[in-house]
Amino acid sequence: MNDLYLIFKNLTRNRTRFILNSFAVFTAFFLFGLLGALKGAFDAGIELSADNRLIVVNKINFTQPLPIAYVNKIKAIDGVKDLTYANWFGAYHQDQRKPIVGFAVDPQSYLAVYEELQLSTEERENWFNERQGMVVGEALAKSKGWQIGDRVPISSNIFSKEDGSHVWDMIISGIFTAKDKQADTNYLMFHYKYFIETQTFGSDWIGWLILTTDNSDINAEVAKSIDALFANSAAETETSTEKAFNKAFIEQIGSIGLIISSVVLAAFFTILLIVGNAMALAVRERTQELAVLKTLGFPSWRIFRMVLSESVFLSALGGVLGMLLAYYAVSGLSNVPQIRNMLPNLVITSDVVATALVYILMLGFVTGFFPAWRAMKLNTIDALSRG
Amino acid sequence: MSEEQLFKLESVSKKFVRGREVITIFDDLNMSIPKGDFLAIMGPSGSGKTTLLNMLGGVDQSSQGKIFFDGKNISEYSQEQLTKWRADHVGFIFQFYNLMPMLSAERNVELPLLLKSLSRDQRRKSIEAALKLVDLHERAKHLPRELSGGQQQRVAIARALVSDPDFLLCDEPTGDLDRATAKEILEILQLLNAEFGKTIIMVTHDPAAAKYAKRTLHLDKGMFVDQTSEVAV
Repeated sequence: MNDLYLIFKNLTRNRTRFILNSFAVFTAFFLFGLLGALKGAFDAGIELSADNRLIVVNKINFTQPLPIAYVNKIKAIDGVKDLTYANWFGAYHQDQRKPIVGFAVDPQSYLAVYEELQLSTEERENWFNERQGMVVGEALAKSKGWQIGDRVPISSNIFSKEDGSHVWDMIISGIFTAKDKQADTNYLMFHYKYFIETQTFGSDWIGWLILTTDNSDINAEVAKSIDALFANSAAETETSTEKAFNKAFIEQIGSIGLIISSVVLAAFFTILLIVGNAMALAVRERTQELAVLKTLGFPSWRIFRMVLSESVFLSALGGVLGMLLAYYAVSGLSNVPQIRNMLPNLVITSDVVATALVYILMLGFVTGFFPAWRAMKLNTIDALSRG
Repeated sequence: MSEEQLFKLESVSKKFVRGREVITIFDDLNMSIPKGDFLAIMGPSGSGKTTLLNMLGGVDQSSQGKIFFDGKNISEYSQEQLTKWRADHVGFIFQFYNLMPMLSAERNVELPLLLKSLSRDQRRKSIEAALKLVDLHERAKHLPRELSGGQQQRVAIARALVSDPDFLLCDEPTGDLDRATAKEILEILQLLNAEFGKTIIMVTHDPAAAKYAKRTLHLDKGMFVDQTSEVAV
């Protein structure tokens, strides 16, 4: 027998209470893991944004187009390094109820601005040279079962061709990956030229521009110059960093971070009260036993350590099991096609795991400290006389 | 009886402050307890029996005066020193056994050994010996709730003995037992004193229990009122 055995025996002496407390902690950390992954999925676009990348959209609304003439005008501004543009396509494949994220882009300049997208030299060349060429993200290709060389009809729920059709025939030139595992690869891109020359809405506009600056220190200056250039024009611009743009985009559906943090905080506060109260009760119930240990010669610090360890173990048990289940739940959910389409970055990141470990320790220490302190400071004579 | 003193109390007083009132339990108490003694302390409730026992066991400290244990003044010890001193020298036996309900008999007996640097094998041998001494080795794996009151008290005696302390302090050890079981427990204590030379200091209300001791001190209002020596049972 050692102290660990005593701690375990004390922790499990009331099985029902032990199971209920563990379950409470387990639930809190399961929620934390799940919501942490969800928050991470929403924030991935923000976290992975390049510091020196700016987005230029129409000041009225980012769904409003901009004249294509802006491309050369912005290129001429000091501090602009690379520049590209894109247009939302409103894509789907066969089933209109299952939309796909798809952009019409200028391939060469797009890959220059988005350096993190990885394609082999051969795939790049194939895409650049094939008018109907399309590159598909790894996640999307996997979910659709597409291979390089496949001919795939991609439809638009916004645009139509001159013949009235909504379908564009594409050939998969490459399947791209991203440097970061959490980066979204659940979309496709094809030639802007192929798109603009075959659709019926005119040919002198683009959806938005993306540019990189020489360094992030001059972002504000460059953004100001761009917006000033088009001030009082028919299509005024609003330029922001990619990070700010993505954040604002996500916040259109509410402050996910705030909602998740509030839920987690409420869960933790409740668990803190439940476990703290249970620990205090458990220690109060065995006041006399603790007094006996002290009488036998157990030092006060050792009693403190044993009682504190009980709550840390309880927290660790519930917390680790909760995080494990959250991990398997997130893994399972991320393999469901509908969820993968909506949240391609749904993973429990190492940051979430590290935070959970800190919270597990904090929960254990906070709930155990006062009962342990009381046990340590217990008046042996008073406690023994209660028998 | 050896004349070598285990305890010597010099002008010991013990006072409690309750609100504005100062309650004196002892004032100028002097006594000696030789090694190998089996002393019964009797007296009415509130006479200071348990307080005296607590002071001798280092659980409580005197307000004034000196308590010498084997020549060392333990009334000067800090709480930490007293804690270690208790683990090294004292075996406690309580009225209500005070066993850990979630631990088996042998694990309860093992508790004081967790304070010693002993190997697992050494601990096992000590536990076996202590349980054999109280004739309970066959119930080593039983939980306290699976044992009778007398058996639980025997486990408590084994726990008090297992680390081979210099003396045993027994606070009403038979107070919760029927007459026949109490007799068994007292016979064990007597055996420990007679055969193994353990000094035993026992607080009791029961004159029949006190008869098992070598001598009895009667305490009343913090003073010894008479003394009976060498009572044979």
